[in-house]
Amino acid sequence: MPGLSLVTVGASLVLADPAQLLPAREQMAFTLGFHIILVPFGVAFTFLMLIANARGIRRNDETALLLARRWSQVAAVLFAVGAVSGTMLSFELGLLWPRLMGNYGAAFGIPFAIEGLFFFLEAIFVAIYVYGWQRMRPWPHFWTGVPVVLSGVGGTLSVVAANAWMNQPGGFTMRDGKIVEVRPLEVIFNDAFWYEAIHMLLAAYMVAGFVVAGVYAAGMLRGRRDRYHRLGLAIPLTVAALATPLQIFVGDVAAREVYRNEPAKFATIEALPTTGTHVPEVLGGYYANGEVHGGLKVPSGASLLSGYSPSTRIQGLDAIPAEVRPPDRLVTIVHLSFDVMVGIGSALLALSAWYALAWWRRRDLPRSRWFLRATTISGLLAVVALEAGWVVTEVGRQPWTVVGHLLTRDAVTTSGNLWLFFAATVALYAAVGATTVYVLRLLRRRWRDQGGATETDVPYGPPRASESAPAGDQA
Amino acid sequence: MSTFAAVVLFIGVTAYAVLGGADYGAGFWDLTAGGARRGRAPRHLIDHTLAPVWEANHVWLIFGLVMLWTGFPSAFAAIMTTLYIPLGLTALGIVIRGSGFAFRKVVVKTDQQRATGAAFATSSVITPFFLGTVVGGIASGRVPADGHGNPVTSWVNPTSLLGGVLAVGVCAFVAAVFLTAEARTHADARLERWFRRRAQASAVATGAVALAGIAILHADAGRLFSGLTRRGLPLVLVSAACGLASIALLHRAAPRLLQALAVSAAGTVVVGWGVAQYPYLLGTHLRIDEAAAPDATLASLTLVAAAALLLVVPAMALLFVLHQRGRLDTA
Repeated sequence: MPGLSLVTVGASLVLADPAQLLPAREQMAFTLGFHIILVPFGVAFTFLMLIANARGIRRNDETALLLARRWSQVAAVLFAVGAVSGTMLSFELGLLWPRLMGNYGAAFGIPFAIEGLFFFLEAIFVAIYVYGWQRMRPWPHFWTGVPVVLSGVGGTLSVVAANAWMNQPGGFTMRDGKIVEVRPLEVIFNDAFWYEAIHMLLAAYMVAGFVVAGVYAAGMLRGRRDRYHRLGLAIPLTVAALATPLQIFVGDVAAREVYRNEPAKFATIEALPTTGTHVPEVLGGYYANGEVHGGLKVPSGASLLSGYSPSTRIQGLDAIPAEVRPPDRLVTIVHLSFDVMVGIGSALLALSAWYALAWWRRRDLPRSRWFLRATTISGLLAVVALEAGWVVTEVGRQPWTVVGHLLTRDAVTTSGNLWLFFAATVALYAAVGATTVYVLRLLRRRWRDQGGATETDVPYGPPRASESAPAGDQA
Repeated sequence: MSTFAAVVLFIGVTAYAVLGGADYGAGFWDLTAGGARRGRAPRHLIDHTLAPVWEANHVWLIFGLVMLWTGFPSAFAAIMTTLYIPLGLTALGIVIRGSGFAFRKVVVKTDQQRATGAAFATSSVITPFFLGTVVGGIASGRVPADGHGNPVTSWVNPTSLLGGVLAVGVCAFVAAVFLTAEARTHADARLERWFRRRAQASAVATGAVALAGIAILHADAGRLFSGLTRRGLPLVLVSAACGLASIALLHRAAPRLLQALAVSAAGTVVVGWGVAQYPYLLGTHLRIDEAAAPDATLASLTLVAAAALLLVVPAMALLFVLHQRGRLDTA
């Protein structure tokens, strides 16, 4: 009974997984998913802040300066939470995946070392910028924000270089299971580096732009249509609307690069059971027993997109050796995540076009309430797309941690009660996440009650006498 | 080459111990400052002193981690698979502490400040304790080169507990000296007195622990003891001298000199540990050159260290100078 033997092989494969694998993967996914939401605010939101700042100084625009100043306070809170959740990830790399670090740290670690440098600069200049509003001169103060944005970009490129290396490992020679030679430039500029890094960078700008624009769109829907809200919507939405078409283009290039460099991941994304030509593009559906059920098929779509011709040959899941083939459930997850990401990207492109059209015609925001509604949810959608993209690249790499070199089940630690650690982490993150949201809403309410600028809000004001107010007694 | 990488790694460890340690110590005084009314002034000073610098100081930890896992990957894995309990608790503690501090700056209601402040302050005391036990475990040779050492005794042992208590004490002492100097800069005589008393008390307590530690190390970590009493002796003596001098001069010396003395007292102890265990990375075994990554990796790390020297150190100096001159408005 071949069917039965397959079942037993499958069962033994599942049983062969170390007990630590599931909690370790869950914890890594959870903490990474949490941290990645904060990343765009350290990387791209700071750029929006600087645009408002420069505009404020150049045009003597109080409203823009007020926005910049308040945004910097939000950035400070989110940067702090992002910094500690990023630290948690550093610990987890060792606590959960000691064999990844122990065997490959000599190569894999190099981009992280560079990232450390950028993180240093960012932490230093964030502090100077956030606390320098009162007593520094306008332009010098503005310039202390520039290293924040630049190191945000540099840090993103560095960390993504490390992740890209896991997908396309290169630049090292192994002997007897030990790395004996490293070529750092090949490690950093691996085959997956450019498209992954630029894709993430643009994603950060989109997420920050749409989320911030969404906050002000929500305020406008409630009838607050003053200049403060209009500018608070226009600056981030302009940046997001510029990033979105670029992102669609980069994403398209990236998908073709994945087709060329990571055939296994590509087969998983397409949920393609067998190698062939004239491969249809399947939208939606779920994968089970070697075929896609449901979904919408576009004839030869996948072949056309991958190689501009219907006869383009695409490797299917059958080309992956059985012992390292992803299970059906994983294929479905990756396939659907990819569709969600692309679908949301297309919707955001439409919103960007709507905004651009109105701007081009009337130099004004679209007047429809539907535009404000769409902008309000665009932030949430952008975050979902960001998460979906990371699911594609991380889950789509399974069962490998370092493709072709290290299986995830071999990378995981063999010690400790990981379920306990995971439970503690989830509880803590729930508290931190909830408090973060609470604190941001608190700031919003405080600012709304203040209305315009108050005495303490005016940047570049005269130094105030240092009074001993209780800690936290500031807006 | 590998020795150089180890020195760079240790510079990071020392910087974190001193600068990050002072931030942890400030949390200790925040925790013990009493009720909302009584503790308001010292907490406000702590808040003002820490706000602009704590994140930059925290990055030294990241720097140390990446230097360790890139330059000495097998040692990193060995430490992580052995001391995962204190290290896991450290990671959670760092999350609580940083977010607690950031949230406290925003909330205004007393009870919310109390909750976020308690989160920040409690984890400020617990985290250095666990890091101290980790140091004790490594220094006394309880992390096997292949990792997977005993998950409990590797950090529940005389040297580790000494390391934990000493870490909390040294952090508290450095912070108290720093805050005394800070209060004087603000011309706040009452607060200055408040922190000066605490600096003296923590100096006496930490000194007593260090003296008792001599006996503990002698009994529990022979190699570390002989390293500290021979090769590391000058550093230990310098540390003691700086600590005593900073206490003796608490009333008189310029604030910056006081801070320099406290930093030296704490820094030389950490450097002394490094010197005492040289050439070993895991306290009593695994030589630095055995554990090192290939040369090209070490060269990359050297480049990163050089870039840090050129970019990060001046930027850090700028931050500190702006902060000390009162150009940064944290209120």
